[in-house]
Amino acid sequence: MIAILLFMVCAALAVAGAVTLIWAKEPIHSALALVLVMVALAVLYLLLGAPFIAAVQIIVYAGAIMVLFVFVIMLLNAGVEERTNFSKLAIPGVVLAFVLLLEIAHWMFHSAIGRALANGANAPTTEASTYDLSEMLFKQYLFPFEATSILILIAVLGAWVLARREP
Amino acid sequence: MSAIPISWYLVLSAVLFGLGVVAFVFKRHIITIFMSIELMLNAVNLAFVAFARARGALDGLVFVFFVIVVAAAESAVGLAIVIMLAQNRQSMNVERENLLKL
Amino acid sequence: MEFISQHPILVAAVVKIAVLLFIVMTALAYLTWLERKAIAHIQSRWGPYNVGAHGLLQPLADGIKFLFKEDVTPPAADKLAYLLAPFLALALGLSAIALIPFGPPSVRFPNGEQIFSVVDINIGLLLLFAITSMGVYGVALAGWSSNSKYPLLGGLRSSAQMISYEVSLTVSVVGVILLAGTLNFNEIIAGNGQPGQFGQTGHWFHFIPRWYIFPQIIGFLCYLTSAIAETNRVPFDLPEAETELVAGFHTEYSSFKFAMFFMAEYANMITVSCLATILFLGGWLSPFPDTGIWHYQIFLPSAGLLALAAYCAWNTVSEMRGIARLQLGVVTLLAGGGGLICLYRPIAEGVQGPFWFTTKILAILFFYIWMRATLPRFRYDQLMSFGWKLVLPVSLANLVITALVIILWPHLRHG
Repeated sequence: MIAILLFMVCAALAVAGAVTLIWAKEPIHSALALVLVMVALAVLYLLLGAPFIAAVQIIVYAGAIMVLFVFVIMLLNAGVEERTNFSKLAIPGVVLAFVLLLEIAHWMFHSAIGRALANGANAPTTEASTYDLSEMLFKQYLFPFEATSILILIAVLGAWVLARREP
Repeated sequence: MSAIPISWYLVLSAVLFGLGVVAFVFKRHIITIFMSIELMLNAVNLAFVAFARARGALDGLVFVFFVIVVAAAESAVGLAIVIMLAQNRQSMNVERENLLKL
Repeated sequence: MEFISQHPILVAAVVKIAVLLFIVMTALAYLTWLERKAIAHIQSRWGPYNVGAHGLLQPLADGIKFLFKEDVTPPAADKLAYLLAPFLALALGLSAIALIPFGPPSVRFPNGEQIFSVVDINIGLLLLFAITSMGVYGVALAGWSSNSKYPLLGGLRSSAQMISYEVSLTVSVVGVILLAGTLNFNEIIAGNGQPGQFGQTGHWFHFIPRWYIFPQIIGFLCYLTSAIAETNRVPFDLPEAETELVAGFHTEYSSFKFAMFFMAEYANMITVSCLATILFLGGWLSPFPDTGIWHYQIFLPSAGLLALAAYCAWNTVSEMRGIARLQLGVVTLLAGGGGLICLYRPIAEGVQGPFWFTTKILAILFFYIWMRATLPRFRYDQLMSFGWKLVLPVSLANLVITALVIILWPHLRHG
């Protein structure tokens, strides 16, 4: 009961944040709306039994990446969103995306796998502990882990090279 | 915790992804377009976590971890490029970046 | 009435939140009193003395002043961000207190819910870091939305400082997590005997308590430095010092919104001190062993309160005049009453946990205030290079050495 209420509130906040991102004229308001979306999604991860991922989402995504976005908007004193003619390809694209969504919904509700998944068969009842997650991360997925650390190093070097003033 | 059917989370993920695509297509400010990319990545993360819960496997959560890390790296480099663009062209409107147009 | 019996945990949590909020807001107000008195005495003067007896009503006077000041909004300010920033700062600062255990989890309500912490989460430490990392938004939005030079510069500098020292804050704590094997606060303090999880109970050589400050002294120093920088206190308070940037990111705020930033800064200080106490100083554990004559340590709270009552009584009779005499007499009666209540053995045993926790927090807060009275401030580039070039490498080295020691000599973790 409380879980359903919490889900509805967080889903409404997430969709409201996404709509505000589209509707706002100032980029800072879009950034704040995106932070709201991320916090709502973190609560949804908690509901889905993944507390570690919820904490990582807030620490990394909402607390570092979005701060970087807000910094850049502040530093560049980015102007307001201008209204120009949008591209002609957009309307058929949106229609096709909607059709794709309907097809996925049809698969989900009318096939055996889809129905089993949708009803939550063999879902675990306890939350994913940090210990199990880190064991999988460091034993099975060790190579991608080390590769992403090199990726972060490359990103830091790239950002530094791109943004420095020419000596 | 398993009182909510997983399909609700997948519908929410699809709606957020769709809104991200709409923002990407229709907005003109380059930082807002970047933020719509982050919105799409978040929607995909939600789908991964929902499926990880439905299957009872933790692989989905590990993948979400990697998606978050790669999104961090990509935003750092992308925003550095945006800063350079803004300093060179003094405009944040993507329609003005048309030097490669014929 | 059935609502209460059907949802006991929810009702207990709401009651605890209300009580804790009241206690924390009072503690914030009297922390400002303590700071002014301590700095004044270090500088050979009295501090607030006239407003109540010994200045005890000064926080109330300040609160009333803040409420009645004129609320000026800069005309070109971004309304949403301008209003959101102080609320966000205060809300985040206060909500971190919900995760902290003030006493042992063995003391419980009749329905089984533990008294001394609002929630007990398995990843409590991570969530606390999540809340502090969101605190950057209050500062950044305040600086940007005021639409003026000094707040923008102050806000940018302050938020850059906060995110830099957040990294070393988190890394300096990982050594403790490696030793404890868990992220849960109650298990970091007390452990539960499972393989790989050892808390801070017990004593080495029968008199040195097994707190993590002793094996992790470098981690503790890095943590304390990063915490002072994270909360924007002296010597790291260049972005908000009065002689430097007018008042930094909260220049354009007045009356109640300024009071909210003020309270948020002290709430952050309290949160960071609570975390230092739990991780390094043994939380609600007592530093004394539990053998022989030390059984009488449960009467320490009542001894302290009765000593305070005696001092206030002597002061009331000899020095105070007029209404101050009445006020200090009330304080004497309250302290004396509290001291006598704590002589009753079940209450004395229940009060032990919060008593030691509060004492350790007050020690760390006094250290903060002492630094403010004593040290000059860093220049901004010195501050940033100190953070990235000294504190972060030292905490990383601490992490690597701790991990090496744990791998090579696993029996050392057991004590």
